[in-house]
Amino acid sequence: MAEFTLPKNSVITEGKTFKAPAHAKNIRRFEVYRWDPDSGENPRVDVYELDMDDCGPMVLDAILKIKNDIDSTLTFRRSCREGVCGSCAMNVNGKNTLACTKAIDAYPGTIKIYPLPHMSVVKDLVPDMTHFYAQYASIKPWIATQTPAPADSERLQSKEDRAKLDGLYECVLCACCSTSCPSYWWNSDRYLGPAVLLQAYRWLADSRDENAGARLDELEDPFKLYRCHTIMNCTDTCPKGLNPAKAIAETKKLMLQRQ
Amino acid sequence: MDFRPPLAKALGLGSAKTGTSHWWMQRVTAVALVPLSFPLLTLLNLCFNEPYRDTVAWLATPFNTVCIVAWLLAVFYHAALGLQVVIEDYVANEGAKIAAVWAVNLAFLFLALAALLAVLRIILVG
Repeated sequence: MAEFTLPKNSVITEGKTFKAPAHAKNIRRFEVYRWDPDSGENPRVDVYELDMDDCGPMVLDAILKIKNDIDSTLTFRRSCREGVCGSCAMNVNGKNTLACTKAIDAYPGTIKIYPLPHMSVVKDLVPDMTHFYAQYASIKPWIATQTPAPADSERLQSKEDRAKLDGLYECVLCACCSTSCPSYWWNSDRYLGPAVLLQAYRWLADSRDENAGARLDELEDPFKLYRCHTIMNCTDTCPKGLNPAKAIAETKKLMLQRQ
Repeated sequence: MDFRPPLAKALGLGSAKTGTSHWWMQRVTAVALVPLSFPLLTLLNLCFNEPYRDTVAWLATPFNTVCIVAWLLAVFYHAALGLQVVIEDYVANEGAKIAAVWAVNLAFLFLALAALLAVLRIILVG
């Protein structure tokens, strides 16, 4: 259901301010969403002033500096720090992105960091991804064949057919796109969302897969697929430069082709 | 506590095995309404600027009647399809959703019938 106001226990309050060291000359202000499930308090926004002469260039570097040097209670996910694991997806200045591949200098002035929108928060910048991953599992994101594998070789694919997977296989399932989609906000219980639909199309587009009909049968649903209203936030926000909206459009074209 | 496995929640009741025709008819009617808007604009222009008798004479020619009736059918069908999607987007309560979708479809069916009757009355009775 559409929710246009925050529940009382989600209303954000003013938090603590951590001043920059006195000698700092190049200061940037970071406002970070904080929520501790054990405290029983409402979420708050803490302010951290960082000396940028003593900090790496990326948003993730700033968050790591806060955690390491200023406030070790700040909780977030990160792993690869180079945009291939998808762990550090968060909302920076109103737009979902990977903190590790986004330069601080890409933003003017204060940087506001929040968890991915419209997800249950586990703590601070950590959203609950359980349902998102379950939706991914529900589309059976693996090859399905009836023909046995050749005895003496791999399942072959032409270079042209392999090229059809470009722009699809690169997805790291960071959920930036799905959590930027208003349709996913309102109906994520049933709508699969752009990330999972891009993955569903990745297997529809794979020349080696022999399960297209069943895959389309599963997507033939007013909610699973057709809640996409081509809002295009997904494509706009994807930190990997992919185009989930196009993958969804291609899936809809396949639906028509088989009629 | 909800102990249902996450996959069971994600799978839900499975695919409804429908949705493409609803989505496609919304596109078909949208595209159809583009050319059909021109005769409608002509009719509106006549309605506001010309005598009643001339307007009826224009509307009573078979081609113009078909164009205006086609516009009416397409626009009410398109509106019903579109509003149903809006309701499904924003109304989560199943009972309220079904009632609202029924109400919208019946309302547009009624309006379409009323509009068709009006056209027939105008061209037959004058």
